[in-house]
Amino acid sequence: MTSQSLSALTIRNLYKSYGAVDVLKGINLEAQPGEFIALVGPSGCGKSTLLAMIAGLESVTSGEILIGNRLVNSVPPKDRDIAMVFQSYALYPTMTVRQNITFGMESRGVPKADQAEAVKHVAALLQIEVLLGRKPGQLSGGQRQRVAMGRALVRDPKLFLFDEPLSNLDAKLRVDMRTEIKKLHNRVGKTTVYVTHDQVEAMTLASRIAVMHQGSVQQFDAAQMIYSRPANMFVAGFMGSPAMNFIPAELGDGAGRPCVTVRTVDGGTAALELAQPVPAGAPRNVVLGVRPEHIYRFSDDLKHRKRAIAAVKAPVELVEPTGAETLAVLRFGDLEVTGRFDPDSAPRTGETMTLGIDMARACLFDPTTQSLL
Amino acid sequence: MSIHDLSVPIAVPARSWRDRLGSIVPILVLAPSLAASFVYVFVFTGWTLYLSLSDSTLLPSYGFAGLDNYVSLWSNRRWNIAYTNLFLFSGFYIVGSMAVGLLLAILIDQRVRGEAVWRTIFLYPLAVSFIVTGTVWSWLYNPVDGIQALVRGLGWSDFSFALTSDRNHAIYAVIITGVWQSSGFAMALFLAGLRSVDPDLVKAAQIDGASVVRTYRKVILPTIAPIFLAVAVIQIQFAIKTFDLVAALTRGGPGISTTFPAIYVYDLMFQRGEIGEGAAAAVMMLAALAVVLVPYSLWVVWRRRAEAGNG
Amino acid sequence: MAERAAAIDLEAAAASRRHFWSRFAIYGLLTVFAAVYLIPLFVVVFNSFREQAEIARDGLISLPRTFRLEAWAQAWSTYCIAGTCQGMQRNFLNSLWMTIPATIISTLLGAVNGYVLSKWRFKGSEVLFTLMLLGVFMPGQIALMPWAFVLGKLGLTNSTYGLILVHVVQGISFTTLFCRNYYVGIPDDLIKAARIDGAGFWRIFWKIIMPLSPPILIVTVIWQFTGIWNEYLFGVVFTSGQAQPITAALVALTASGTTARSYDVMSAAVLIGALPPLLIYLFGGKYFVRGLTQGAIK
Repeated sequence: MTSQSLSALTIRNLYKSYGAVDVLKGINLEAQPGEFIALVGPSGCGKSTLLAMIAGLESVTSGEILIGNRLVNSVPPKDRDIAMVFQSYALYPTMTVRQNITFGMESRGVPKADQAEAVKHVAALLQIEVLLGRKPGQLSGGQRQRVAMGRALVRDPKLFLFDEPLSNLDAKLRVDMRTEIKKLHNRVGKTTVYVTHDQVEAMTLASRIAVMHQGSVQQFDAAQMIYSRPANMFVAGFMGSPAMNFIPAELGDGAGRPCVTVRTVDGGTAALELAQPVPAGAPRNVVLGVRPEHIYRFSDDLKHRKRAIAAVKAPVELVEPTGAETLAVLRFGDLEVTGRFDPDSAPRTGETMTLGIDMARACLFDPTTQSLL
Repeated sequence: MSIHDLSVPIAVPARSWRDRLGSIVPILVLAPSLAASFVYVFVFTGWTLYLSLSDSTLLPSYGFAGLDNYVSLWSNRRWNIAYTNLFLFSGFYIVGSMAVGLLLAILIDQRVRGEAVWRTIFLYPLAVSFIVTGTVWSWLYNPVDGIQALVRGLGWSDFSFALTSDRNHAIYAVIITGVWQSSGFAMALFLAGLRSVDPDLVKAAQIDGASVVRTYRKVILPTIAPIFLAVAVIQIQFAIKTFDLVAALTRGGPGISTTFPAIYVYDLMFQRGEIGEGAAAAVMMLAALAVVLVPYSLWVVWRRRAEAGNG
Repeated sequence: MAERAAAIDLEAAAASRRHFWSRFAIYGLLTVFAAVYLIPLFVVVFNSFREQAEIARDGLISLPRTFRLEAWAQAWSTYCIAGTCQGMQRNFLNSLWMTIPATIISTLLGAVNGYVLSKWRFKGSEVLFTLMLLGVFMPGQIALMPWAFVLGKLGLTNSTYGLILVHVVQGISFTTLFCRNYYVGIPDDLIKAARIDGAGFWRIFWKIIMPLSPPILIVTVIWQFTGIWNEYLFGVVFTSGQAQPITAALVALTASGTTARSYDVMSAAVLIGALPPLLIYLFGGKYFVRGLTQGAIK
């Protein structure tokens, strides 16, 4: 057995039911040692339940969870060699920061001197030395977050579990802490499973992302693959903001080259040439998926720079400047399509503009199975 | 070992006896209390129910007598007075203490100075037993020594305030005393309710131009409706179980005019040696409670479900 | 300009007059009610320091002219109740030895039960909770005969231990309800974090739940203490004479007025009987109301 195949966490065909309700339906995941895995999905998708099962806080209905190469299905949480950071931080309110951090070691009977050494180390790492004597109630949100991480770090576990740790912070702090978690992970290099509903967090932090929906993993892949080649319309719609545009289209043959026909605002149609050959067995009716940043203002220059640009006319209904970029809502048949433009070339409300769609980056989906063609 | 473990290639770590013990500790801890509650609630109730159907008199006896005890109970004038009194008392007592309690709560809610002092004054009777309250008020009602004597001494020589020596009005003395004792409790709960109302709601009503009275009637009181029900249910329980207050205040008199089921149960069982009939009277008390509490609990369950459904 | 200013002044004056009268009405009503609530207390306190002769002359409701402690001494140690002339001291101590253990035991059981029923739920635990809750609603009368039998079998008739048992069993429902409702508000994540930290059932209870419990323990202790101290039915049924708790003795004392009623001694006796729960309430009442509305009543 090579060390390559020895994964830090393996989940095989995992099921969880509460009575007649199936919360998790056959989950398969695995994490390499030192890897940062994000579980992402809308609320109720089962990601937190999955994390709780990895932690041992929820029982397993069927399937297997292995940490290292040890089956932990019925191992109590304290013996799984894990640490967890909670959304609510779950700091013990009646204890000081120091006591919060040492509580776990005390429970395990670690000698006092070792405890003090560990606290010192972790406090320095997270720069919370000055907070050690305070109670959680006297800390700001960001400080609580640090303490919660300190409590996890001090365990020096095999596996780190994060349950939406940043969702209670305000926007700016969230970005700062995100960076810090990434730095911290780079430094300590522990295998980490990170639950979040925020796709940006997942994209920025994780080496691989598992997108979950309705109790099953929709796609488990590297962040960039999830974004550029989403396995199905759910993943495509969930990852990315503003979301990917879905445009009903018909496969056809325009001048001998494969293309899709879409409806335009005047009731007519436009044929958009595809960059790749049509996959075998594709249905006639498809869904064209285009990310907002792959819609440009058409120009000859653009045509030269990009390989596959398809031009189509659309009126501009609404313009939303955000500073760094400008979003525009475009009328496309009877649906609205969002485009993301450079503020310099941004459209104006009421204008009918010619769009250039980067077909090399567009995705085609089967509308019945919803999966990528 | 469970079935799905069979396919596992790696040895399953057997759960140690400590882990197994750990998982049943919560149940072990709960067990004594559960057993005691079970005996208390079901066995004791069933026992008394059986006694009520038995031919027990001076000592418990387990010969079956059917509904004889109930027939004899309901054909007794004193029991009928007791049951009527219970409903009369409960009605006035609950409405009275809630009305006074709500008034006091609203008054205190007007940002008065020394709020803690007022609250303490109105709430202290709660700490005192019905026995103490009943005893002291029986002196105040006493026509020779109490309030009537005081006012007459001030020159009002035909002033009459002798509720407890008047068969037709003694029940009102019990009601007044009960309200005095428990309106502070209602006040405390109402006040907490008033304080829990979202201040933005009140501000919105003020901006809409609603007067203080209208704000209370249309905005604040409707939002604390559940508290009204909770207070009422708590008071009803006091009312039905009330034994001490009457025992200390009027001892059921004058004559039998303030007899209550609770008093009557005691008399039958321990003074007159009619255990079977006393048990029947106790069962009727339980029935009266059930009439109130069963619909209430169903409502609570329904509301909780509805809330869970929305959340 | 001046006219408008004057109009505004007038309006302001009218508003402040309205304000004055509404404040006057509020404080007036509060004062009237306060008088009604306080007068009985004052009457008893005054009379406990007056002489019976003075009470007979000036009436029961009157300011005291004398101040003496004899009535208190008599009520405590020499007054005759139903033929025994030892005052209320025995009964007071009975009540104390009944109330303190029963309060502590039922509160501790309630805390542990509430902890299990909120943080260690298992299949059917909600049903069991509902079952225990029924005890809250049971009228004591329905349990009188069974208790009499059980206490007889255990040899606890006419004893303080018997009453402790009765009050603990009856009290568990209340204390469990209070604690469970309060503990439900403690985030489950704390328990999960502690479990991952390696703490077990008891360590979590003592190190995490208990330090968070003072608000609800105060409510429970006050509720149980005043409830048990003030209880009369079980006291009068299951004990007699020297074994009775103070409530039963009070009723016996005020009923046994053979000749002229000695209001002075009876007033002192009433106060002796009312003092412990009153003190508890005066010191803890603030926390009681706060805690009661925080979690107990839901």
